[in-house]
Amino acid sequence: MTTTETGLGSFLELTLKQHGSDPGRLVQILLDVQAHYSHVAPQVIEILAEGLGLTVGAVESTLDFYSFLTREPTGAYRILCSDNITDRMLGNQAIFDHMARRLGVSRGKVSADGLVSLDFTSCTGMCDQGPAILVNGIAVTKMTLHRADQICDLVRSRVPLAHWPSDLFRVEHNIRRADMLLAADFNPGSALRAAVEMGRDAYLAEVKRSNLRGRGGAGFTTGVKWEAARNARGDARYIVCNADEGEPGTFKDRVLLQFYAERVFEGMALAAFVVGAKLGLVYLRGEYLYMRAQLEEKLAELRAARLLGGTILGVQGFDFDIEIHMGAGAYICGEETALIESLEGKAGRPRIRPPFPVSVGYRGQPTVVNNVETLCKVTEIALHGGAWYEGFGTKQSTGTKVLSVAGDVERPGIYEYPFGVRIAQVLEDAGAKNPRAVQVSGAAGQCLTSREFGRRIAFEDVPTAGSIMVFGGHRDMFEVARNFAQFFQHESCGFCTPCRVGTTIQARIMAKIAAGHGTQYEMNELQHLCQVMRTASHCGLGLTAGTAITDMIDRFREDFEKRLARRDFEPAFDLDAALARAREITGRDDADSRLLSDA
Amino acid sequence: MNDYDRFVLDGRPVHFERGQSILEAALASGAYIPNLCHHPEFKPHGSCKLCTVKVNGRFGSACTIKAMPGQEVASDTPELNGIRRVLLQMLFVEGNHFCPGCERSGNCNLQALAYDLEMLTPHYQHFFPARELDASHPDVMLDFNRCIMCELCVRASRDFDGKNVFALAGRGTASHVVVNCPSGKLGDTDFALSDKAASVCPVGAILHKRVGFAVPIGERRYDLAPISAQVPTQQAEEA
Repeated sequence: MTTTETGLGSFLELTLKQHGSDPGRLVQILLDVQAHYSHVAPQVIEILAEGLGLTVGAVESTLDFYSFLTREPTGAYRILCSDNITDRMLGNQAIFDHMARRLGVSRGKVSADGLVSLDFTSCTGMCDQGPAILVNGIAVTKMTLHRADQICDLVRSRVPLAHWPSDLFRVEHNIRRADMLLAADFNPGSALRAAVEMGRDAYLAEVKRSNLRGRGGAGFTTGVKWEAARNARGDARYIVCNADEGEPGTFKDRVLLQFYAERVFEGMALAAFVVGAKLGLVYLRGEYLYMRAQLEEKLAELRAARLLGGTILGVQGFDFDIEIHMGAGAYICGEETALIESLEGKAGRPRIRPPFPVSVGYRGQPTVVNNVETLCKVTEIALHGGAWYEGFGTKQSTGTKVLSVAGDVERPGIYEYPFGVRIAQVLEDAGAKNPRAVQVSGAAGQCLTSREFGRRIAFEDVPTAGSIMVFGGHRDMFEVARNFAQFFQHESCGFCTPCRVGTTIQARIMAKIAAGHGTQYEMNELQHLCQVMRTASHCGLGLTAGTAITDMIDRFREDFEKRLARRDFEPAFDLDAALARAREITGRDDADSRLLSDA
Repeated sequence: MNDYDRFVLDGRPVHFERGQSILEAALASGAYIPNLCHHPEFKPHGSCKLCTVKVNGRFGSACTIKAMPGQEVASDTPELNGIRRVLLQMLFVEGNHFCPGCERSGNCNLQALAYDLEMLTPHYQHFFPARELDASHPDVMLDFNRCIMCELCVRASRDFDGKNVFALAGRGTASHVVVNCPSGKLGDTDFALSDKAASVCPVGAILHKRVGFAVPIGERRYDLAPISAQVPTQQAEEA
């Protein structure tokens, strides 16, 4: 089949050409196709496969992996409601139901006229200004019933998104506490100049001296990572900025990218200077599409100022540029090897480690993957030195940490503290209302009760990638646990047995308890399942998928127990429910067609 | 044998060649570690997790960890076999496995491991997924009900046969093997009965047509001896 026969020719040809027919750009190409046609049709798959020199199966493998890519058409307006627990606490269900009613469309379906589709999606990183939605990938925050009506009217009248009132798309930074990073003025190029003056060995020594540790959660020492990538054997080296901020409740990278982008990009250039990389890649999560154009502009400015491009700052051989790659709705791509797979156009399934990306990364070459915040921090070290930096925070966790605080607080938003701050301090500053529990570091993190609020945010005590979700005294922690279980079921990549099947069993058990059919038996099952996933899973997703749930069983058992049936055991199979179909077919609903529930 | 080329598996020294994984070295020495997605001719995959062992106190997959001198590896322990039993139960409830009617019964690694590790019930609620059959090929039938996502067929066809007939698509429990052609039907590919991929499936997802119970149940491979007792046989057949 040729492109002209199908009438799909010109757009696909142009798209393929724009991406240099590079199979490594498959995710980017599929995103363009999805945006243009609202889906990726079978004949399009064939054309793309042919144009990229891939098999149909390879294209399908990537296509089927990402939530934002679909084989069936979505509505011309595709509305996705963020479904993090914080969105739920702010009433996202009522907004969803209201829009569903007004638009005449049910969950996961497209309206009969093809105009609109409506569904939920994982946390979109707007927890301080939720409930949030995405309309054709663009974030709309602070949803109210009034705003929902406004959007329904715009959709009904088929107003193009570009003509929607701009206040719908406003995203606030909500910076509540600024410290050494957020409060400082930054002159683009100053950090690079300082590093170039020092020379790359001396600058690397400063980064090591600072004992800066990765801000993505794992806390690996940045200087050691850079040095390893520099010393690894390879034909090319790459710097990757991990901006796939998918951990529920985390939104600090969004603020850094939107308001401190020159810091982030300069941090990448600093890494490139040390490691000897020519190309940097920003892996921006699909949910942050709204800021892409602005980031591209910023990159153009930096190129014009000769802070990116060839012979940066006049240094011979210091050539470095940055490309932005979009994610397509997959939490797992925050895992660095899954992210690299995605950058290469494939499904985001984590690789076997070792080898680590510093030796075998993007396109098989030495690659540094750093978190957005880490890249901001390296500019501070270039400007002020490692010894200065080491003076902040604790001995094992130096510097400051940017926290995203959301949930039951008066002032949700961004808080920057030196490491070592007590959780109680954060809660006080944010105006937590009678906090009952704090979930630190997102769904994959740990749940703390008021007895533990004296603990400190630090790698050696309570580590966090940046998320603090606060739950007030009236909150039902079972619902929090259930939200996380649904999240992991949706986001498991499916590669390894324990996580693929375990997250689904976990979500099913939670559903059974929610329906009032759970017993003590289910509680034990959840604990056991968590242990198996923690022991045998391939990557961090599976290893942590049961942690928060067992934390909550340990700490808020009463929230689970009040739902349990008063029995030792209740089968998962409901005999009466199984007869529902038979009743429907035979048109019966008399007493004899039912099994008494206590029979 | 000296200390530089051996590690300890369940208290016994195991010799290894440089570059071998713990699993490869163990199997070569005649010691069995349960596994499903491993195949000696293909690169380690590490997805089934049946070969989960404890190396110097840390859990990991024996198929992806390189053998090193001084390793203390625990494998045949109640703790690890308990985890493996759960993994097997997960595989059984995730698909639709009807052993009594399956042509591979008695020759199936999943079933054999379940017997060997004394998995007495599926334990979890069955998912009963709706999965397709593909009988379009003249010599081979695909029954995805029995697929365990080990990707051995994917790897065999891509890395050995050079045909790339299969691919894994989807995410989470929606993961599934697809046939690599526009129609998605095996009959429209150049797949052949003689392909390595046609006989690499550890379960009954890839079945040869017109072969039905030629060896009666009761006299089949794992009817004669448990899978853990057949390591040397396995090596000989695969060599």
